[in-house]
Amino acid sequence: MNGIHDMGGMHGFGPVPIEQDEPVFHAPWEGRVYAMAIAAGKKRLTEPVGLRAYIEGLYPARYLASSYYERWMGALEDALISKGITTREDLDRRTAHFGDHPDSYPQRREDPEEAAKVASSIYRHKSPQRVTDRPQRFQPGDRVRARTINPTGHTRLPRYIRGRVGVVDRLHGIHSFDDARSQGRGHEPQHIYSVRFEARELWGNEAPESECVYIDMWDSYLDPED
Amino acid sequence: MSEHHDDHEHEAESYASLRTRALESLLVEKGYITTDAIDALVKTYEEDIGPMNGAKVVARAWVDPDYKARLLEDGTNAIAELGFQGAEGSEIVVLENVPGVHNVVVCTLCSCYPWPVLGLPPNWYKSFAYRSRMVIEPRAVLEEFGFDVGESTEVRVWDSNAEIRYMVLPERPEGTENMSEEELSGLVTRDAMVGVAKARLPEVVGS
Repeated sequence: MNGIHDMGGMHGFGPVPIEQDEPVFHAPWEGRVYAMAIAAGKKRLTEPVGLRAYIEGLYPARYLASSYYERWMGALEDALISKGITTREDLDRRTAHFGDHPDSYPQRREDPEEAAKVASSIYRHKSPQRVTDRPQRFQPGDRVRARTINPTGHTRLPRYIRGRVGVVDRLHGIHSFDDARSQGRGHEPQHIYSVRFEARELWGNEAPESECVYIDMWDSYLDPED
Repeated sequence: MSEHHDDHEHEAESYASLRTRALESLLVEKGYITTDAIDALVKTYEEDIGPMNGAKVVARAWVDPDYKARLLEDGTNAIAELGFQGAEGSEIVVLENVPGVHNVVVCTLCSCYPWPVLGLPPNWYKSFAYRSRMVIEPRAVLEEFGFDVGESTEVRVWDSNAEIRYMVLPERPEGTENMSEEELSGLVTRDAMVGVAKARLPEVVGS
């Protein structure tokens, strides 16, 4: 979707806010939100589109006005509601309860075995490599043009790359195609390439000659370019 | 436009804190998650997974040419040799900085980051300013970090839009020939592994 999250090349956000020695979480609630979102993902509560698509689906004004973990919080809430696990009213009622009793916290429920399992799960990953019958259409050195597409669902092709010409740098093998997966079309595994775009191709001749962007492009994003 | 969103972090804490309690009470009550599982995940990322992991990878690459070759060829498996793997690290590509070529990593769409080696990203990496500007004016952004790349150096910006995660292998500083692997890892900062800084110089350590 052509959402507010697609920020590459935008102006107006000011200097980068650099904080020395910042903590991992700036407030306890950030860590709680983070952990709940991870755990909810493992329980498949954020499917079919994943938490990320819910973050992108936040209303743009809210997206911009929220901190990173506020966006995770809003997305988690939306996912749980769309799964039918809760309602906005239920969450409002619970929020009001904690507002009326600011010293009260959710009731603890423990299961050390389960906790250890959840914590150790983040040390494991599955390889993203898949197989496909689709031909590998490009080799390093090939010139390619990014397709101009405007899908309303989740996509990993940012606006600033669409329509631009680049050169294939390297192959990353075969990955699931996230656009397809979040649009309910299954994995549609396909070749994925790292493509180099010169800054002048992206931003015009005012851009320095000695700058470029590398970005990962699924086969479906590319056309050959002479 | 100097009032960027990050000023918002603290103002909103109270509502966010209450809403988070609402979500936690719901998920715990319905049995989707236990309180100690949340505690354990928080503790893991606060204490066990962070840039000290990536620093060990870099230091090893600096002292062991064979390891460095494996790291650049297949980052994920070379990093796993040191015991680092997991969420947001299923495919890690390591980018080597050399004289004349400087690499730096961003995620314009989200805030994707190689968690097993760097931990969770700092606020600046997640900021709208960094995400929007790094691809269009990398030199200006790097200057804000106090880093002058120099006109003759090519700046390569890596937008981690897919499931591949990137980590920068900074150049080994001069004057470190006699340092041990462990001492060298002390020179490797998170910022150097994202590409917004160089590795620290030995005399700066501890100052």
